[in-house]
Amino acid sequence: MASSNDSIKKTIIVALSLCLVCSIFVAAAAVGLKPIQNTNKDLDRKRNILSAAGMLEPGKSVDEIFESVETRIVNLQTGKFATQEELKDAGIKAETFDQKAASKDPKLSIALKGEQDPAGIKRRSNFSAVYLVKSGDSIDRIILPVHGYGLWSTMYGFMALQNDFNTVIGFGFYDQAETPGLGGEVDNPNWKALWKGKEIYNEQGEAAIHLVKGGVDSSDPKAAYKVDGLSGATLTSRGVTHLVQYWLGQEGFGPFLSQLRSEGVQ
Amino acid sequence: MSDVKKVLFGPILANNPIALQILGICSALAVTSSMKVSLVMAIALTLVTAFSSFFIAIIRNHIPNSIRIIVQMIIIASLVIVVDQILKAFAFEISKQLSVFVGLIITNCIVMGRAEAFAMKNGPVMSFVDGIGNGLGYSAMLIVVAFFRELLGAGKLFGFEIFATIQNGGWYQPNGLMLLPPSAFFVIGLVIWALRSYKKEQVEEPEFKIAANSRSQEAL
Repeated sequence: MASSNDSIKKTIIVALSLCLVCSIFVAAAAVGLKPIQNTNKDLDRKRNILSAAGMLEPGKSVDEIFESVETRIVNLQTGKFATQEELKDAGIKAETFDQKAASKDPKLSIALKGEQDPAGIKRRSNFSAVYLVKSGDSIDRIILPVHGYGLWSTMYGFMALQNDFNTVIGFGFYDQAETPGLGGEVDNPNWKALWKGKEIYNEQGEAAIHLVKGGVDSSDPKAAYKVDGLSGATLTSRGVTHLVQYWLGQEGFGPFLSQLRSEGVQ
Repeated sequence: MSDVKKVLFGPILANNPIALQILGICSALAVTSSMKVSLVMAIALTLVTAFSSFFIAIIRNHIPNSIRIIVQMIIIASLVIVVDQILKAFAFEISKQLSVFVGLIITNCIVMGRAEAFAMKNGPVMSFVDGIGNGLGYSAMLIVVAFFRELLGAGKLFGFEIFATIQNGGWYQPNGLMLLPPSAFFVIGLVIWALRSYKKEQVEEPEFKIAANSRSQEAL
């Protein structure tokens, strides 16, 4: 190697020009591929929503089916659909609302401490997207985003309810990193199928659904509020119970759902 | 021509980067729990190694010695970012599963090792071939490890059920350990054993010898 390569001038020139060339490449790739990536993300979210609601049909595109789904924003503090003014104040739109980002924004979320935070989510966004499937003017089914901490990871999922806002149609996580083969079995289709037909609220209107160890006895009068726990995954099962109870309870969608039940949709 | 062949296929058995040089173990542990993910990782790493060696070889006579590692890193990092962006755009599902490991190709010792050991001294074409060859060696190892881990850990290959598992009403009790990263140590260890029994010249000289008079029959 020529010794002139090691001169300060050459070193700086090589470093600068290399950085320039590389940054052009990286920027071009990032900017050029952004639209396709966003479409992918969007499609992925829609697919997860539809899969929780059991609406995926082979042979039909996700976008096509998703046309029948209406995205609305709920104000979790008032338990009502967010009004136009509230949305404007907060600067959010139903179609592009990002709950993960909103949960981190101090203006759009509240901090949860100790007992307020059974699901281990630390901050809860004041607004949440909900997805309505309508037939005519009435709601046919509703899909709610839920998340909470399992053993290793925050698990993100969707819960789909019937129009009594109590009976589960489907439930599933789309993002989790629990132990494969144990807690990771939350993704097992057989386990997810157990949720279908379960009820969330007991006579007192509390979110009573929970996972139990050792399997559900079908003769139990409370069997409708119980789901088989995951074998070998006590902490993941506990996390699932906590996050479902939190999000469907008084701090989460509870007031909103009871309002829907008594008044219907405006 | 035999040179090209040696550079291209040598790293698969004779000079495997994982089995002989013991490089790139980290990602071999992390991504091999399923065949599909391993395959994508293998392709990504092969392309990055090949192209980074290629570009580094082109400018090798202009790289100042004092910043050569940084120059190599910049080229490798740029390529990895481009690969990551492409995966996110065209193979979204798999890029979600690979998550941070695509980014970690940057720190994969194989890529750095080939840049430093081969591309700095050879022409662009040979360096490219060398990158492909070492990528193939890494790929071969990854596929073998993933084959055993996915088959024994989940009863599947490429996501298709081979052994019906008990959870799905079959007979096979999956071995959960095989899905966790440490199991790759066992599989890689066994493969290295098999390889060195077949190719005796890969066996290393023992670093220590058992001292005299420490065996019972010598004492008598």
